[in-house]
Amino acid sequence: MSSETAFAEAHRARGLAPFLRSQMRNIAPFLTLICLSAFFAFASPSFATLDNLGNILTQVSVTGIIAVGLTFVILCAEIDLSIASIANVTGIAVAYFTLQESYVNIANIPLPGAVAIILSILLCALLGLVNALGLTVIGIPSFIMTLAMMQIAAGISALLVRGQIAYKVPSLITTLGSGSISGIPWIVIVAAIMLLGGHLVLTYTRFGRYVYMVGGNREAAEYSGLNVKLILGAVMVISAVCSGIGGMLGVAHFGSAQQNEFDTYLLDSIAAVVVGGTSLFGGRGGIGNTIVGLFVLGVLNNGLDHVNIDSFLKILIRGLILLAALIINVFAQRLREKAAE
Amino acid sequence: MPEVRSPILELQGITKSFGGVEALRGVDFALLPGEIHGLVGENGAGKSTLMKIIAGVHTEFSGRFLIDGKETHFRSTRDAHAAGIAMVHQELSVAPDLTVAENVFLGNQPTNALGLVQWRRMAREAGEQLARFGIDVDPMTRLGDLPIGLQQLIEIARVLFSGARIVILDEPTSALSPPEVERLFATLRRLREEGTAIVFISHFIEDILLVSDTVTVFRNGRKVAETASAATSKGALIEAMIGRGGEALEHSYTDDLMLPQPSDSTVVLKADQLSLARSLKDVSFEARAGEVLGIYGFMGCGQQELSRILFGKLKPDGGTLVVEGRPKTFASTAAARRAGVALVPESRRDMLFHQEPVYKNISISILDRISSLLLKPAQERDIAKRQVEQLQIRPPVVGLDLGMLSGGNQQKVALAKWLTYPPKLLVLCEPTRGMDVGAKNDVINIVRDLRARGLAIIVLSTEPETVLSLADRILVLKRGTLVREFSNEPVSKDRLLEAA
Repeated sequence: MSSETAFAEAHRARGLAPFLRSQMRNIAPFLTLICLSAFFAFASPSFATLDNLGNILTQVSVTGIIAVGLTFVILCAEIDLSIASIANVTGIAVAYFTLQESYVNIANIPLPGAVAIILSILLCALLGLVNALGLTVIGIPSFIMTLAMMQIAAGISALLVRGQIAYKVPSLITTLGSGSISGIPWIVIVAAIMLLGGHLVLTYTRFGRYVYMVGGNREAAEYSGLNVKLILGAVMVISAVCSGIGGMLGVAHFGSAQQNEFDTYLLDSIAAVVVGGTSLFGGRGGIGNTIVGLFVLGVLNNGLDHVNIDSFLKILIRGLILLAALIINVFAQRLREKAAE
Repeated sequence: MPEVRSPILELQGITKSFGGVEALRGVDFALLPGEIHGLVGENGAGKSTLMKIIAGVHTEFSGRFLIDGKETHFRSTRDAHAAGIAMVHQELSVAPDLTVAENVFLGNQPTNALGLVQWRRMAREAGEQLARFGIDVDPMTRLGDLPIGLQQLIEIARVLFSGARIVILDEPTSALSPPEVERLFATLRRLREEGTAIVFISHFIEDILLVSDTVTVFRNGRKVAETASAATSKGALIEAMIGRGGEALEHSYTDDLMLPQPSDSTVVLKADQLSLARSLKDVSFEARAGEVLGIYGFMGCGQQELSRILFGKLKPDGGTLVVEGRPKTFASTAAARRAGVALVPESRRDMLFHQEPVYKNISISILDRISSLLLKPAQERDIAKRQVEQLQIRPPVVGLDLGMLSGGNQQKVALAKWLTYPPKLLVLCEPTRGMDVGAKNDVINIVRDLRARGLAIIVLSTEPETVLSLADRILVLKRGTLVREFSNEPVSKDRLLEAA
C-alpha cells in the first residue's frame, strides 16, 4: 500500500517543467497571439480598438466555419485539400438555385430558398461522401483523394457559372452572411456557434473521443474494435459540410458568387488549425487551438494592413509565420513524446 | 577468467527518474571486454533504462559514466555510436521495403568515387557477413518478405558486425526458434573471443545462464545481485529478482503434463477450412465455452494471420467462421467486437494509446456500452479503477498517461480493456511475452479466472511454456496447417517442439 501512495505522490509531484513541456502545443500559439497583438497595438493606434476587434472577428468568420470541419480531419491525421473548392461550389450552387437579376447571364434553375439551401448542403455532403469513400473503401490517401476533389469541385463550379458572376442568394443566407443583429454580424455568431458545436462534439461525445483515439493510434483503434473507416468517412463528410456552409455564407458576405473566389481559404484554414497547435500527426489539439490559430491569422492579416506595409511583403510574412508554426507543431510533438517517455 | 582486465565501461551511482518516479537508484555497473553480461529483472526493474543510458538514448541522469576509464557524457545515440556502443532494441527496427543487403549496410553503404552505391560489392559482403552468422538468404531479397524471426536475426547480425566494442541486446531471443537461438549464441561466443563486450537482457533465465559469464539482477531500480553465472541457479536468480520464494512460480514444463478430458460445452466459434494466401491452409477447429485452446507454432507459422482473421482485421481467401451457430464474415474489427470476439495482439504498441491516460485506454472498447451519445468520464474512471485494482496495475493512477507504465503493466491494461464486459471469445496472442515471472503469473491467473466465468479463450504463442501453462487443449500449427492436436493426453515442451 505504501508503495502505491508513493507512486501517486511521485506522480502528483511531477513538477512544473514537464507539465509546461507537455503543454507546449497550447502555450506557444497563445504566446504568439499575445506578442502579435502587443506589437500591432504598439505600432498602430488604430489597431487596438473595439471597432477593429469587430473587423477581425468578421474577417476570420468564414475561415473559422471551414476550419471547424478541418480540425476533425487533422485530428484524425488526415488532410482535406478540397475545402476551398467545396466552399466555392456550394456557394455557387446556392446562387445557381436562386432567381438572379436579368442581366446575369447564367442558365440557372431558380427554386424556393429553402430548397436551394438544402440542395446545396446535399451537394457538399455528397462531395464529402465521395472523399470518404475514396479514402476508406478504395484506400486512396486523403492527400491525393482530396486533391482530385479540389479539381472536381472547381470543375463543377466552372460548369455552373461559366465565367459569369451571380449575385443573389436566398434571403436566409443573405441575412446570415451579411446582416447583423444589434451590431453583431450574423456571420460571427454562426462561426461562434459552429466552433462551439465542434468543441462540444469533440470533447463531450463518444464520436469525439473516437476521433482523438483514431488520430492518436489508428492501429490501436482498430484493435479496440472501433469502426475506423466509418469514423474517417464521417470526418470527411463533416469537413465538406462545414466548408459548404462557409461557402454559402461567404458568397453572401462578399456579395457575389464566382469561380476561384475561395482560393485563399485553403491555406488560411489549414494554417489556422495548425498554427493553433493541433498536431498534424493526429490525436492532439482541438477547436480551442483552432480558435487561437484563427486569431493569430486574423490579427496578422488585419494588423499588417494597419502598419502600412508593402502588400506583396504581406504574403511572404504570412508564409514565414506558417513555417514557424509548423516548426513549433513538430517540435511540440517531440517534447511531448519526451515528457511521456 | 584470465588476468585482471580493466572495465571498458563503468557506471557509478547512476540515478534516473521519469517525472518524479525513480527508475534507477544509485546503480553501479561495470562491463569487461570479452565478457557476456546477463541482465535480469522484472519488468520496470530498470534494465532497459540503464541500457538506454549507455546507448545515449537517455541523456539526463546523475552519476558517473566512464569509458576506458575516462569520464564521458553522451549527448545523443550518435555519440554512443561513435564510442563503439550499439544496441538492438526489443522492437524490430528494420526497413522492410529495403533489401537484406541494404539493411545490413544501413547508413554506410559502400560507395565508389562518385558516391554511387556499389550494389554488387554490398550484396557480396552482406552475404558473407550473414553466412558467418549461419544465415543463408539472397541478399537482394526484400527484407519484409522474410519471416519475422529471420528479420530479427538479420538486425542482430547487422549490429554485431558493425564493429562495435560494446553490444547491447534487449530480449533478442523472444522471437527466435530454438535453432536460431543456438546460432545467435554461437556468434555471441565467437565475438566474445574477439574481445567484444556484450550485454544480454532476457526473461529467459536458461538463456542467460547458458550464454553469459556474469549475471546482474535488478529489482525496483536497484542492482540487487551480481554473480558469476556458473555460481548461481535459475531458482536463486528468480528469488533475487522478485524477492520471494521463486521456485514455485516458474514451472519448467520439461515433465509431462496431463491435459484434461475434452470439454463438451457449447461451441462458441467454429473455424472451417480457413485459408489465406501463403499463410494458412485449411485450418479448422472449434473453441468451446469455458475452455482455453492453445495454438502453438514457431514464428511465422501463420498464428498472427489466424488471430487477425478471427478478429475481422484480415479477410480469409477461403473458409468460414461460425460464431454461436451463425456463419459470419466480419467486415471490420467493429463487427467482430459486436459479435463478441476480442483480440489482444502480441504487440502492445498496436493495442494501446500511449499518449492517453490509462482510463481512456481501458474504456475505449466499451464506450458504446456506457454512453450512447455523451461521454461519462466519471463512470469511465470508476470502471478503470476497478480493473486497475483487480489486475494490480502499477502505479494505480488511472489518469496517468499509459506511456509512463512499464511493459508488463501496459500488457495488463491491454487485457483490462476487454474485461469489464467480457466477450464470448477472447483471442490472446503471446499474452506473456516479455513479462517477468510475477506478471506472467498474474496473467495466467486472470485467464484462468475468465475461463471459469465461461469465456472461450484462444491462446496463440510461439513459447511452449505459455501454451502449456494456460491451455486445456493444444493445437500445433506448422507452416499454415494444423498438424497435431493434444487433448486428454500427456504433453510436454519436448512433445510440442517435436510436433512443430
